[in-house]
Amino acid sequence: MAAETLLEVNNLKKYFPIKGGVFSQTIGYVYAVDDVSFTVDKGETLGLVGESGCGKSTTGRSILRLIEPTDGKIYFEGQDVTALDKNAMRSLRREMQIIFQDPYASLNPRMTVGSIVGEPLEIHKIARGSEKTERVASLLQKVGLRAEDMRKYPHEFSGGQRQRIGIARAIALNPKLIVCDEPVSALDVSIQAQVINLLEDLQEEFGLSYLFIAHNLNVVEHISDRVAVMYLGQIVELAPDTDLYNDPQHPYTEALLSAVPIPDPTVTKKRIILEGDVPSPIDPPSGCHFHTRCMYKEKICEEEAPEFKHIGSGHWVACHFRPKA
Amino acid sequence: MQELLLDIRGLRTQFFTDDGLARAVDGVSYSLEKGETVGVVGESGCGKSVTALSILRLIPDPPGKIVDGEIIFEGTDLLHLSSADMRRIRGNDISMIFQEPMTSLNPVFTIGNQITEAVRLHQGLNKRDALAKAVEALKLVGIPVPERRVHEYPHQLSGGMRQRAMIAMALSCNPKVLIADEPTTALDVTIEAQILDLMRTLQDELGTAIIMITHDLGVIADIARKVVVMYAGKVVEQAPVEQIFGSPNHPYTQGLLQSLPRVDKDASGAKQRLQEIPGIVPSLLNLPAGCKFASRCPSVMPQCHEQEPPLEPVAPNHYSACWLNH
Repeated sequence: MAAETLLEVNNLKKYFPIKGGVFSQTIGYVYAVDDVSFTVDKGETLGLVGESGCGKSTTGRSILRLIEPTDGKIYFEGQDVTALDKNAMRSLRREMQIIFQDPYASLNPRMTVGSIVGEPLEIHKIARGSEKTERVASLLQKVGLRAEDMRKYPHEFSGGQRQRIGIARAIALNPKLIVCDEPVSALDVSIQAQVINLLEDLQEEFGLSYLFIAHNLNVVEHISDRVAVMYLGQIVELAPDTDLYNDPQHPYTEALLSAVPIPDPTVTKKRIILEGDVPSPIDPPSGCHFHTRCMYKEKICEEEAPEFKHIGSGHWVACHFRPKA
Repeated sequence: MQELLLDIRGLRTQFFTDDGLARAVDGVSYSLEKGETVGVVGESGCGKSVTALSILRLIPDPPGKIVDGEIIFEGTDLLHLSSADMRRIRGNDISMIFQEPMTSLNPVFTIGNQITEAVRLHQGLNKRDALAKAVEALKLVGIPVPERRVHEYPHQLSGGMRQRAMIAMALSCNPKVLIADEPTTALDVTIEAQILDLMRTLQDELGTAIIMITHDLGVIADIARKVVVMYAGKVVEQAPVEQIFGSPNHPYTQGLLQSLPRVDKDASGAKQRLQEIPGIVPSLLNLPAGCKFASRCPSVMPQCHEQEPPLEPVAPNHYSACWLNH
């Protein structure tokens, strides 16, 4: 695949300081994202999965600099995003957009749909007046709503329709990359399929790239070309989606896949039940972060962090014992 | 033939809201046998939780009211019991666990305090025995160091641990029926696997019958023996789990199953576009005449808009409400 790289993330770190004491000194850090690197090609969907608190949303938001990264480099079409000033960053956001999980919370309840979707056009001085109205109408139709809907308010729509409004707003500026942060998690099953299909159609029509963040493996696997698995602020495995499912290398990926409930009672599978909870990112375990829950743990795992290594055909894994010798 | 434990017949629960009458549960019937797990599946607003709350008579009145039907538990109709008698059943014979363990546990009492409250009330144990019972219950659900955890507050536990504590509380009086309302929805997938595994083990050990309410068909396939599919306040299909997934009859059930992305199928071959169910669920305030699913149904007929199809047998133990079967 001779695809062009659209986004390159190198050694991204985000530490949130914990303030405490009488003078609000920094008494520690939450290591939300700790040395994450990946790329997204043009027209590609990269899935980012992991459990709550693993840093997947922080990663997505850091790329748009909605959260300022602590360290690391982000290149968008070769341009260093982290070095841009405020104005340059704002104009770059035309190319990078985001869709949020909660369609209830991410739309201003006091704005009509027309002004929500039209606002980016005005801010970036692309269209005004009747031209704007026309653009908004065609955007709404593109996402499966009606042009008349632009006069309505968000509360007049169902959850799935609200997510469509969020999508219309995100594609208004013809971006190249959309960060989808759990876009279907709050939706019912029958509506979820509608939104996934819409995202796939738009990708085909506009050649969009997606960074698709979700905790639902069934959904991520369906929509992604490649999938990265995160655990406690780090990517532990990254592979083309079929490889990841058919040949998971990291013990965490293995357990995660085996735990996915499959809607078919005739499928009997051996479930790997992980012991315990995800440790706190304030004080992550030494060595390999996963060693506290790993069934193959050995002494080295407690002492040394494993290297994130390429094991062939775009499959990367961070484990001392993978690939098996 | 197994012994019938709980029988819901023609239940109607309605909410009298400012915007009008919402028929949340509109003539629902299903039953539960001893030691059985029934899965109730449906989308938000289909009435699956309201049915469960009606069983325990926990519907806030006003605005809600159970207007019709019977809920027969071991031969008595729960809807005719006095409040005092109902309290003796609730938490003792029938108990419930909720989706959000943080909001359903009281933050100002210790875990132990909340479990002992139930056992002291229902089983008349003294303080010391009740505490021992609480420790035992926490141990049963796999909470490490239960002697210490029993004195901790809900915020000191993780999400998975809180749900375990909820289950411990619900099972502390050895109920005959456990109603689990989306018990794993707020949990991560590896924790969900732990909790489902725990529920299965406990059921084997204690013989508790479970009503599992969820929107996740994966969880249903995993844990249920019988499945009830609900749509807009009605049961549209009911069958043993193999038949629901193997030969679904109702177009809604078929649509639901086809609209799911499947990690196991996608990886084995070329990806297929998801089948979507067009449109949205009708508002409970303004339900259409005839079949409630008609406006979204791919095989709709003129008759569907006029008359409501009855829930009828289509195979042994398999019921479906659709005019296509006529």
